[in-house]
Amino acid sequence: MDLKQMTAVELSAAIKDKKVTVREAVEVSLDAIAKKEESLNCYVTVDREGALQRADEVQKKMDDGTLTGPLAGVPVAVKDNMCTKGMLTTCSSKILGNFVPTFTADAVLRLEEAGAVILGKTNMDEFAMGSTTETSAYGVTRNPWNEEHVPGGSSGGSAAAVAAGECFFALGSDTGGSIRQPASFCGVVGMKPTYGTVSRYGLIAYGSSLDQIGPLCKDVTDCATILEVIAGHDSKDSTSIKREDADFTSALQEDVTGMKIGIPRDYFGEGLDPEVKASVLAAAELLKAKGAMVEEFDLSLVDYAIPAYYTIAAAEASSNLERFDGIKYGYRAEDCEELHQMYKKTRSRGFGAEVKRRIMLGSFVLSSGYYDAYYLKALRVKALIKKAFDDAFSKYDVILGPAAPTTAPELGKSLQDPIRMYLGDIYTISVNLAGLPGITVPCGMDSKGLPIGVQLIGDCFQEKKLLRMAYTYEKARGPFGLDKEGR
Amino acid sequence: MANIISDETIEYVGILAKLELSDEEKEQAKKDMGRMLDYIDKLGELDTTGVEPMSHVFPVENVFREDVVTNGDTREELLTNAPGEKDGMFMVPRTFE
Amino acid sequence: MAREYETVIGLEVHVELATKTKIFCGCSTAFGGEPNTHTCPVCTGMPGSLPVLNKKVLEYAVAVGLAANCKITQYCKFDRKNYFYPDNPQNYQISQLYLPICRDGYVEIMTESGTKKVGIHEIHMEEDAGKLIHDEWEDCTLVDYNRSGVPLIEIVSEPDMRSADEVIAYLEKLRLMIQYLGASDCKLQEGSMRADVNLSVREVGAKEFGTRTEMKNLNSFRAIARAIEDERARQIDLLEAGEAVVQETRRWDDGKGVSYAMRSKEDAQDYRYFPDPDLTPVHVSDEWLEQIRASQPEFREEKIERYRREFDIPDYDIEIITGAKRMADLFEETVALGAEPKKVSNWLMGETMRLMKETETDAADLCFTPGHLAKLISLVDAKAITNTVAKEVFEVMFAKDIDPESYVEEKGLKTVNDEGALRATVERVIAENPQSVSDYLGGKEKAIGFLVGQTMKAMKGKADPGSVNTLLKELLSK
Repeated sequence: MDLKQMTAVELSAAIKDKKVTVREAVEVSLDAIAKKEESLNCYVTVDREGALQRADEVQKKMDDGTLTGPLAGVPVAVKDNMCTKGMLTTCSSKILGNFVPTFTADAVLRLEEAGAVILGKTNMDEFAMGSTTETSAYGVTRNPWNEEHVPGGSSGGSAAAVAAGECFFALGSDTGGSIRQPASFCGVVGMKPTYGTVSRYGLIAYGSSLDQIGPLCKDVTDCATILEVIAGHDSKDSTSIKREDADFTSALQEDVTGMKIGIPRDYFGEGLDPEVKASVLAAAELLKAKGAMVEEFDLSLVDYAIPAYYTIAAAEASSNLERFDGIKYGYRAEDCEELHQMYKKTRSRGFGAEVKRRIMLGSFVLSSGYYDAYYLKALRVKALIKKAFDDAFSKYDVILGPAAPTTAPELGKSLQDPIRMYLGDIYTISVNLAGLPGITVPCGMDSKGLPIGVQLIGDCFQEKKLLRMAYTYEKARGPFGLDKEGR
Repeated sequence: MANIISDETIEYVGILAKLELSDEEKEQAKKDMGRMLDYIDKLGELDTTGVEPMSHVFPVENVFREDVVTNGDTREELLTNAPGEKDGMFMVPRTFE
Repeated sequence: MAREYETVIGLEVHVELATKTKIFCGCSTAFGGEPNTHTCPVCTGMPGSLPVLNKKVLEYAVAVGLAANCKITQYCKFDRKNYFYPDNPQNYQISQLYLPICRDGYVEIMTESGTKKVGIHEIHMEEDAGKLIHDEWEDCTLVDYNRSGVPLIEIVSEPDMRSADEVIAYLEKLRLMIQYLGASDCKLQEGSMRADVNLSVREVGAKEFGTRTEMKNLNSFRAIARAIEDERARQIDLLEAGEAVVQETRRWDDGKGVSYAMRSKEDAQDYRYFPDPDLTPVHVSDEWLEQIRASQPEFREEKIERYRREFDIPDYDIEIITGAKRMADLFEETVALGAEPKKVSNWLMGETMRLMKETETDAADLCFTPGHLAKLISLVDAKAITNTVAKEVFEVMFAKDIDPESYVEEKGLKTVNDEGALRATVERVIAENPQSVSDYLGGKEKAIGFLVGQTMKAMKGKADPGSVNTLLKELLSK
C-alpha cells in the first residue's frame, strides 16, 4: 500500500479501516516536504510539531467515533492568504512577514472541524497578485513536473504541493484564475465555486467582489468532498449565500448523456498553444463519446474581460490593501518621526513591485475625474459579460475550454511584460467577473512533459453539473500521473 | 502610447496610495500605468449606454446583524501583532495636528 | 459706501446612534471602557475581517429621515471613503455617497424673525473613527479603537441658514427630534452630536454663493456662535482687502477664539469613493417603511397639543417641559404615578431648572426617577414634610437619586405633628420675644411672621408653618 498514491478520500477511509494512522499519514507528507521543499519551495510555513500533535488528537477522535467525516485525518495545506489562528500568515509579502492572526478563516475552521490536519501555509504570488508565484517575497515555487518552470499562480504553492505529494489536498483562492490556472499547470484538479459559496471571512482580500476559496486536489471525488466541507453560509460574511444544494458529492455520477457542452470559438483563436488546443478539444471529443452534445458558439466580449477585470481588481485591491500601514500589525519602517513618512516608507518597502503597480493603478482609476470613465465603465462591461454568459447558459449546461493559453512558462520569463502576463488570464477571468463556478481537470501533457488542463465553466450555482461532467471525463480519461515519482 | 502619465500624476497617485517611489521606479510606473490605461481604454469600444454598473453579481440584499453584544474584551490578543504599543494602545509616530 | 454682506451657512451634523453594538460588528458601544477593550478584528481592521450591518442602525437612520421629512432611499448602498489616518483602522471609512439612506427633507425652525424651513440635503450612515491621544512623554500618538465603528448618521443641510441664531435653532430642533426618537442622546460636549459649519459670505443680493470654508472642532453652541461670527468677519476682511477666500477646512480653537487652516500636502482630499464590495445593498420595502413610520414616537409639537388638552398647566410650562425629552418623560411618568400635574410641573420648572443651571447639568443627564419625585410630592401632600424640607431632600435626590421616604426617615426630617412639643416651643418663643408679642398685640399684624420664623427655626423646619401660625394666634389671643 503506497500512501502517497492515495487521494484524500481514500486516505481517510484507510485510516478509518485502521490500515494506517493519522500520524503516519502526516509523516508521509512531512517526509515529502523534507525531501522536496528545498528545491520546490511550496510552503512559506510548515508547522511540523503542530501537525503531529494535531494528528494524535484527530486519531483519538476518530477512534472514539466523534470524527467520522470523509476528510478526517487527512493532511492539508492552506494558501498563505487565509488566516490561521496562532500560525504565521504572510500573503507571501514582507509587509505581513510577522503577522500571526488571532482568528481562523471560516473555510479553514470547517476543515479543522472535519478533522483535516493542517501542515502549513503555501506560497503564493504576493497578495495573490500574479500568475506564476514569482512575486512572492519568500522565493519562487517551482513546478514539480519540471523545476525550470513556474507552477502557475497565484495559488502556485498549493497546486505544486498537491502535485508533489507534499500534502493530500490544499486550499487556494481564485480571483482571476488563481486556482484553475495553477491546477492546470501542475496537473491537479482545482475548482473555483460560485461567488458566495465559501465564506471569505478570514481570507485576506485582494478583489473582494471576485475572491473565492476553493480546493486543489488529486481528483474530482476529492474536489466534491472538500467543497462539501468548506461550503456553507457564514453570518460573518455578508456576501455569503445560503444554499440548499451543497451536497456536492451526490453529483459524482458517471453520466453526461444529453448534457450540452458549448465550446466558445473565442477561446480557441490566436494565442492558444496548438498542443493545448488539441488536448482540450480531445477532452471534448471524449465527453461527446460519453453521450454529451458538443457545439461551438460565440461567447463574445472575451477581449474585454481582461481590461474590465484589471480595473475592478486593482481598484478594490488599492482600497483593501490600505490597512497595511505599519500601525496595527506587520512590518513597520524604522526611524520615522512623522506619520505620513512612516506610512510611505512602510508601504514602499513592505510591498513588492507587482503589488505596488496594481495599487497605483487602482488608486488612479478611482481618483477624482477618472471614476466614471474607468471604474464605472468596467462595472458596466462586467454587466455585459454576465449577460453574455447568461445567454450561453440558456443553451448549454457547461462551457468547455482551456484554462490557460499555454502550459507552465519557464521561470523568469513572465514578469518583464505585465500586459503579456495579464493576457495569460484570458480564459479564467471572466468567470470571476460573472461569479460563476469553474473547474480544471488534467487532460494531457505537452511535448515538454508539462500538464495541460481542461476548464469546465458552469452557470451560477451549477457546481453539480460541473462535477458530474468532470467526474465522467476523469473516469473516461483514466489515471493521470500526479508526480513524476509515483502513480 | 496614447496615455502619457506625467510626473505630477505619479506624484499625486503616490500621495493617494501612500507610496514613495525612487526616480527609477517612477519612470517605470509612468510607463506601466500608461500601457495599462491604453489597454483599459479598449473598454471604450463598447457601447454601454443604459447599462447599469454591476457591483454585486447576485441580487443578495438586506444582510443584517441583530443589535446584540457578542464580543468581549480581546485587547491582549489585539495588541500581539502591534509594532508599537503603550498603555493598551497602538503607538504611532506623532501626527500632524 | 460700505458693502453689505450676507452669511450663508450649511451644516454637517454627525450624530452617534444609541445602539448597543457597533455598526458592523458585535462590539459594545458603551462609553468609558479601558482603551481597546471594546474591539474585535472587524473594528480594528484586521486582515480577513468583514463587516455585517447592524439592522438597528438602518432603522434609526430611517426614523430620523422620516422625522426630517426626507425621501427614504429604499435601495441604498454603502461606499468606501479612502483616506489614511491612524484613527481609521482600515484606512477607509465605510460611509454612503452615491445612494444615501435619506434625501431631500427639511425641518422647521423658529427664531425671533419667525419660522423658516431648513432643507436637509441628505442623511447617510457611516462608522465613527477611533481616538488619538498625544503622548507628550514619548512625543508620539496613541490609538484607541473603542469608538471605531460606533454608528453615526451624518445630516447634511442645504446652505439655508443665514445667522448663528438660525444655526442654533436648527441644531436644537434636530437634537430634540432625535432625542424624542431615542436614536441618540445628542450631547455636544461629549461628542455624540458634532456639527461642522460650512460658511461663505456674499454681497446682499448676489445670486452666486461665495467660496465656503468648513469649520471643525465645535463643541458647544457657544463655540458654534463664536466661530460663525469670527469666520464671517475673517471672510469679509479678505474680500474687502481684495483677496480671495480659499476653500479649506479650518479648526476652531475655542480657547483662543480663532480658527486655523488644516492644511497638509499629504492630504489630497480625493477620497476615491466606490461601492463597498463587502456589503450587500439594503432594500427598505414599502411594508418595512410603513412599520417604521407607524412606530414613530409622539414629537414635541404633538406633545404640546396633548398636554394642552390633558393637563391643566400653563403654556409656558409646557414649552419648557417638552423642550427636552427627558423632562417630558419625567413629567409624564410622575403624573402617571398619581402626582398632580401642576405640582410635578412646579418641581420641574422650579427646583429642577434651578439646580440644572447651577450644576450645568444637561436634561438628558437628570438622574432622579419619576417614582422618587412622586413620593416626594406625596410626602408634602400628606404634610409629612414641609416645603422647606422637601427642597432640601430634592437637592440630594437631584444629585444622586435617593429614596425621599427613607432619607426623610433616616435623617429625622419628618414634620413634628406632636401637638405637645409644638405647643411647648411656641410658648417658649412667646416668652422669649416679648417685644414682638407686644407689637402684635398692639396691632402690628406682621409681627406674627417673625414669631412663626423663630418657631420654625427652633423646630429645625420640621413643623408645618400653617399649624404654627394657628397655634400662635390661639395662644396670643388668650
